[in-house]
Amino acid sequence: MRAAFDPQTVRADFPTLQREVRPGVPLVYLDSTASSLKPRQVVERLADFYLHHYANIHRGIHTLAEEATAAYEEARQKVALFLGAHEAEEIIFVRNATEAINLVAHAWARAHLRRGDLIVLTQAEHHANIVPWHILAAERGVRLAFVPVDGEGRLDLDAFHRLLAQGPRLVALTHMSNVTGVVPPVADMVRAARQAGARVLLDGAQAAPHLPLHVAALEVDFYAVSAHKMLGPSGIGALYARREVLETMQPFLGGGGMIRRVTLEGFAPAEPPARFEAGTPPIAEAVGWAAAIDYLQTLGMERLHAYEQELGAYALARLAEVPGLRLLGPTTMESRGAVFAFWLDAAHPHDVAQVLDHYGVAVRAGHHCAQPLHRHFGVPASARAGLYFYNTRADIDRLVEALGHVVRMFA
Amino acid sequence: MLDDLYREQIIDRFKHPRFRGALPDADARYEDENPLCGDHVVVYLKFDPQGRAQARFEGEGCAISMAAADLLMEYASGKTEAELRQISKDDVLALVGLSLSPARLKCALLPYKALKAALYGLQPKDAAEPSPEA
Repeated sequence: MRAAFDPQTVRADFPTLQREVRPGVPLVYLDSTASSLKPRQVVERLADFYLHHYANIHRGIHTLAEEATAAYEEARQKVALFLGAHEAEEIIFVRNATEAINLVAHAWARAHLRRGDLIVLTQAEHHANIVPWHILAAERGVRLAFVPVDGEGRLDLDAFHRLLAQGPRLVALTHMSNVTGVVPPVADMVRAARQAGARVLLDGAQAAPHLPLHVAALEVDFYAVSAHKMLGPSGIGALYARREVLETMQPFLGGGGMIRRVTLEGFAPAEPPARFEAGTPPIAEAVGWAAAIDYLQTLGMERLHAYEQELGAYALARLAEVPGLRLLGPTTMESRGAVFAFWLDAAHPHDVAQVLDHYGVAVRAGHHCAQPLHRHFGVPASARAGLYFYNTRADIDRLVEALGHVVRMFA
Repeated sequence: MLDDLYREQIIDRFKHPRFRGALPDADARYEDENPLCGDHVVVYLKFDPQGRAQARFEGEGCAISMAAADLLMEYASGKTEAELRQISKDDVLALVGLSLSPARLKCALLPYKALKAALYGLQPKDAAEPSPEA
């Protein structure tokens, strides 16, 4: 058994954590739910790749093109292993989790769904897992149904099973809410959905940075992730799609790289995953993402998760001390991640975030691309503190102290 | 720095607005929101027989947007339609008197956008309307 994780052993890898927002005011970064900081190792790998190995990939005969192609394909292998996919060919590189979901809506849903077909979503979804389906509904006449959530943001599983009885073609839900932190019982839900004959998509944008994953064992059909929330560069993400499903999908974007043959009369698409990767892909970003995965796996996802759960419990206890603070989400760490959106009676979330920034504490304010969920909680917006393994109890203390200033200022 | 952002006047206007409330038989009404943050404001304009405006707002949002709305409605009240049309962004920022980041600028200018849109929606008046300098 490895020793428990100590954040002090990694904080030096993140130069941002050493900076001040103003002279004498050190930064407390609590916005990792929006995007994580990057360790030196990722940025150095990116720099090394760009400075010494960079060329466009595929069909290059020269040494650099071969090195770049090998590094890009090795990155695909690393993402596959990290997610627990059977094979690297089940990983399609995209820009982010949003594009991954849109890819499913274009390349799978448009090939398989007809007017009247049902898609089951939940009230807790990020707009990235709502709007592509609204667009499809308007265009193709598919029906959308939403699993409601309770006062803590947990899914109504009875309602979910009732919707399954209607024979949906697709169930698409978040593996971890970016507002409430709730992690639904996905193993049971995926099994039930598949038994009901539905394909299943999990939006893993929030789960992948924090949870040990095994998409093949989950038997999920699609899994969407972004690199930038898990120490990687911005501009790259992945769609995992089960081989059997991948084969039945039509092309997404047309262009170079995604074809087998092009004539003036038409084209024949390449095999997956190339079929879905038109144009020069984010090559260096893939290499940087691989370095991020190496970094996470060296520390150990299980170990990081255990630490974040413990830090989250501390945060919940401390936030409960703040007068007039209403958490949007469960008040225990059971089946939830360490992201805490809240409403403060004293002040609007914008003002909360502004005053916290004055004290060096970076949180996000707004609806976090989850307007339906905020409407459910009866607030227009919230402030949100999102933790990662590089955060400490001292960071939580600084947050709570700064919230005290907000309360006094607006009281 | 925090004092620059939240002058006492801003907090006071936020907590105790003077020009908040609906005008049921308003000549113009416009509702606007900032989709990024959910700030929401409704501006009402009602003109008396002399063509002078009564201006009110309703809404919810951060201290900056709500205080800006209250200050702007005070500034707008008593002005003619032509004078209202001349109100500029800079006038609003001078009223608010804060140094704002780009994100917070959107908060401060939301009531201004709503006021301009309300004016745009007014039916053109006939010649009986007093001239701006009258």
